Amino acid sequence: MTFLDALQNHAFLQYALIAGLLVSIPCGVVGSFVVIRRISYIAGGIAHSVLAGLGIVHYLQVVHGMEGLSPIGGAVIAALVAALVIGWVSLHLKQREDTVIGAVWAMGMATGILFISMTPGYTTDLMSYLFGNILMVTSRDLWLIAALDVVVLVTVALFHKQLLAVCFDGEFAGLRGVHVQRFYFLLLGLTALTVVLLVSVVGIILVIALLTLPAAMANLFARRLWQMMLLATVACIVLTTSGLALSYGPDLPAGAVTILLTGAAYFMVALIRRR
Amino acid sequence: MNDAIVCRNLLFSYDVKPVLWNVNITIPEGDFVCVVGPNGSGKTTLLKIALGLLKPTSGTIEIFGQAPDRSRGRIGYVPQHPRLDPLFPVSAMDVVLMGRLGRARSWGAWGFDDREQAMRALDEVGLVDQSERHFASLSGGQQQRVLIARALAGEPDLLLLDEPTAGLDAHVEEGFYRLLQELNQRLTIMLVSHDLGFVSGFVRTVVCVGQEVVVHPTSEITGQVIADLYGSDMRLVRHDHRCSPDGHEQDGHKS
Repeated sequence: MTFLDALQNHAFLQYALIAGLLVSIPCGVVGSFVVIRRISYIAGGIAHSVLAGLGIVHYLQVVHGMEGLSPIGGAVIAALVAALVIGWVSLHLKQREDTVIGAVWAMGMATGILFISMTPGYTTDLMSYLFGNILMVTSRDLWLIAALDVVVLVTVALFHKQLLAVCFDGEFAGLRGVHVQRFYFLLLGLTALTVVLLVSVVGIILVIALLTLPAAMANLFARRLWQMMLLATVACIVLTTSGLALSYGPDLPAGAVTILLTGAAYFMVALIRRR
Repeated sequence: MNDAIVCRNLLFSYDVKPVLWNVNITIPEGDFVCVVGPNGSGKTTLLKIALGLLKPTSGTIEIFGQAPDRSRGRIGYVPQHPRLDPLFPVSAMDVVLMGRLGRARSWGAWGFDDREQAMRALDEVGLVDQSERHFASLSGGQQQRVLIARALAGEPDLLLLDEPTAGLDAHVEEGFYRLLQELNQRLTIMLVSHDLGFVSGFVRTVVCVGQEVVVHPTSEITGQVIADLYGSDMRLVRHDHRCSPDGHEQDGHKS
């Protein structure tokens, strides 16, 4: 059965395709900010901390029977907490930022592993958290993803002026009355939400590539921020969809195929556009 | 005429040793001031105090009769030429529009007024036809002009420039002075420079900062020497020396 036939017959494939489309928009928009502000390492730290949220929710669901809890909800909370800690510690404790990120990164993962190990049952869930399983997206997840999409896009639409100015020249923006720290935290918060969205597609470990590489590719062609966002979104749609399509036939993990495609595309574009 | 900048007994120290002390300056509106001094003499510190980024340890500074952070809306700041990511996705217009922050509404897209004001600022620096160009692809001199336009877009009354000609060629620098001279017809200008070449004809007041400040009227020979050094048409410097940490030679020689 080809991918297109399967798509017509299986709801889970349709959900997967829609999820890919839905996450591509914030991926292109927020990914562009992450690339120009050079915070992809922070995004990586946030992504790995998401395991803490997923692990705790998984534990509460299985051990305490709290079935109503949503893994994505837990992921959102963990990501936002990680973003706040990284931002706050590096601003106020005068610590080296990369050290702080490393600490949050590893502690988030350790917390997640701890709770998953305390949870009886299969550990296959761990694999799908780490490497993603877009085929497990449910219709309820789709609504959550759509809601997060709206939050991210409305926020960027409202404050793109300040976000761009803070990325370009924070000192000048501050002198023009922009609360630079507040907008830096806003950017970290948006990054956290976007990371959670992407985790549902490619998993924790592979997120960083999908968040930054389409935007980095777009940056090689775009001269304006909105062009970069648009191109990155299109690239993300093409890559997630073809990742899904190519992995379906030979039954390969979709997340890994998507990331390999993304990386290959990035290096090809970088080679073509080298100056 | 009102005063743009007034410092009274200003003292500033990062730790124990003061960087600036006993600074008393009065800059009237419409003045064109160059702050000179060797590296590390505290001239950038003085600029940061004027911007309200640093608070004086003691003494006062007033910009248009108010504390600097309250009169920021009237200050246009042109930073040192930034080391810029060559891929940063902004056009010249995008950069100039950032100067409208604080004047524009805080949410959503730029308004019609903002675009109009930004265009006017680009026109003043002679770059209207470059407005859609990628900022990083402009020449160093053009980028510096865009940064001035960004400051002008905020409709300032006082322009503060930090080492604006660092890294520019002498012939570019010359056009740059002329632009500042034109702007000086409606704005007070204060610029910081370690580059004596900037103390050229149209600077009305020179503020020397640093311990080794010796102020003399520049003789013709010195002028010639400077002209040779910097390769541009120098004019004699009129020194209205306002302050130095080692004492004051107010209203010194005029040539």
